[in-house]
Amino acid sequence: MGNPNRVKAESGFMRWVDDRFPATQMWQEHLSQYYAPRNFNFWYFFGSLALLVLVNQILTGVWLTMSYNPSAEGAFASVEYIMRDVEYGWLIRYLHSTGASAFFVVIYLHMFRALLYGSYKAPRELVWIFGMAIYLLLMAEAFMGYLLPWGQMSYWGAQVIISLFAAIPVIGPDLAQWIRGDFLISGITLNRFFALHVVALPIVILALVVLHLIALHEVGSNNPDGIEIKAKKDETGKPLDGIPFHPYYTVKDVFGVAVFLFVFAAVVFYFPEGGGYFLERPNFEPANPMVTPDHIAPVWYFTPFYAILRAITFDFLGLQAQFLGVVFMGAAIAILFVLPWLDRSPVNSMRYKGWISKVALAIFAISFVILGILGALPATPLRTAVAQLCTLLYFAFFLLMPFYTRLEKTKPVPERVTG
Amino acid sequence: MKKQLFALLFALVPVAAMAAPAADVPYSMTPDLNDEASLQRGMQLYVNYCMGCHSLEHQRFARAAEDFGMPQDLVEEHLIFSSEQAYNDQMHIAMDREDAANWFGAAAPDLTLHGRLRGADWIYSYLLTFYKDPSRPNGVNNDVFDMVAMPNVLEPLQGVQEKVCAETDRPVEGAELDPLTGKYQSCDVLQVTRPGSMEPDEFEEAVYDLTNFLAYVGEPSKLHAQTLGPKVLIFIFIFGVLAYLLKREYWRDIH
Repeated sequence: MGNPNRVKAESGFMRWVDDRFPATQMWQEHLSQYYAPRNFNFWYFFGSLALLVLVNQILTGVWLTMSYNPSAEGAFASVEYIMRDVEYGWLIRYLHSTGASAFFVVIYLHMFRALLYGSYKAPRELVWIFGMAIYLLLMAEAFMGYLLPWGQMSYWGAQVIISLFAAIPVIGPDLAQWIRGDFLISGITLNRFFALHVVALPIVILALVVLHLIALHEVGSNNPDGIEIKAKKDETGKPLDGIPFHPYYTVKDVFGVAVFLFVFAAVVFYFPEGGGYFLERPNFEPANPMVTPDHIAPVWYFTPFYAILRAITFDFLGLQAQFLGVVFMGAAIAILFVLPWLDRSPVNSMRYKGWISKVALAIFAISFVILGILGALPATPLRTAVAQLCTLLYFAFFLLMPFYTRLEKTKPVPERVTG
Repeated sequence: MKKQLFALLFALVPVAAMAAPAADVPYSMTPDLNDEASLQRGMQLYVNYCMGCHSLEHQRFARAAEDFGMPQDLVEEHLIFSSEQAYNDQMHIAMDREDAANWFGAAAPDLTLHGRLRGADWIYSYLLTFYKDPSRPNGVNNDVFDMVAMPNVLEPLQGVQEKVCAETDRPVEGAELDPLTGKYQSCDVLQVTRPGSMEPDEFEEAVYDLTNFLAYVGEPSKLHAQTLGPKVLIFIFIFGVLAYLLKREYWRDIH
């Protein structure tokens, strides 16, 4: 019965299922006989942690929608209702708001791991591109979610970001109005952001996560040495340096989950405002279109790109500075998509790349962090100059990559994984 | 392992670098949500002196009573003045916002979240730094909120505070430290020139209680978080130890 080419259980209930659904086959392909390199280190915890945070966001999000009121009149009060009158509403809300920041912490570390060990390189280009798409949509998801509490920073943050679209020549103003659905941000905008935040984007993100994992399991995981474990197999066809994901990495990841949850819970219970960076102070005041806050700063995970936007203070080639800023900000994210084709190094891992690559990655990471700090602060001439320098370094990392990765002398790659 | 710790520290750099700067206000206070007596006195002050104009739209009498250990009958007798309001109601005010705007120029803001919006230090400093200024419509101005529209409603308790030329221990902007006395000479020193019903120390305590109450109102769930937090962290810690032992057991056959 069923597809005879599938791996099936011998008998019993699982056999009944396997005749109708490839449960045993999928279990083997993705867990018990998915061979992962045995030398995963600290950096390899963040993929499974991203999945954990995603589940946290979906579960807490579902419960929040049960009491949230997506209207300009009721949104702010309904959040306070959740915080005070809903049983454990405060916990659900803080898990969600802290989860948003945790998601980006985990994702940024996950992406850094890819840069470190060349996980984006052939044959994993699609793994990387699906991942980048998830990151892009996650930014949209977070941005729209941030409007929902309908506080001052929600309102004015959204105002600033949507007005970026207005900087696009010719179609800009109409486009911005189309996004808002109104002449200014209003209940209409709130309603559509709510719909996108809780229905449309999560569906697409979940689908992309599935694609990300299917692509990963098709080509197999990279590892800190950046070598192909499938190249060396034993007589039964198992990679010599591979171990089944389950149980080895499932138990290891459970330990990672415990460490992560400890830090996460400490923030949720004791520092849910994250020093004013997870929940910004002006957001404790309801949105007021008549009063602009003194200093509008995006949430921390957007600040590097916001700093790039603000770093472009000059007109160029007849294009206005504001529009150029938007172009650079967009390019800063877009360039990550083509990363697999920029890296021409014969080796994957930073362990065996030359010193130029190592220095370039360090400078890039530092520039990104500095941009993140600058994006959260009010602009001054000195800060703008530093942001311009860091923007230059950010792009130089990518644009010069085809040259330095090809020119530099790499170290010999080992036959088998080390450590 | 050392490498991993280093990586973790590196990941935390931006958080440390962006730690929020303290608000620039002259006084500071640390709220103590476990001090029930202080919270009770603060609530009493609030309903007597503030709630004529400032609502607490999201705070229920009942919730505060439970959290501060006050019996319902005492709350109804001493803290709920309107027959329109019930024990389980939120702390609304009778004044219509539109009327308030017509009468005072602007409606007094709701203060439920002020403890989080402005911070406890700001509220504490604000309430302590009203001073006599005949040029203002209400005869008072404020050090942390210049051109304030609110009168000093606590004046009967505090007395009249004025800016005088004097020595003070507290650093004053623009004033130089006298190296001999270790004090500052300034003409912006706030001093009570006509006493109220409270001594200055007593008044500072009253303002502490009131600020403490508003800090509580901003986030009543903090009390729950304080009791639940340690239990959750201990659970996760034990879980983590077991998970580590399990991992070590499984990984014995690798390498």
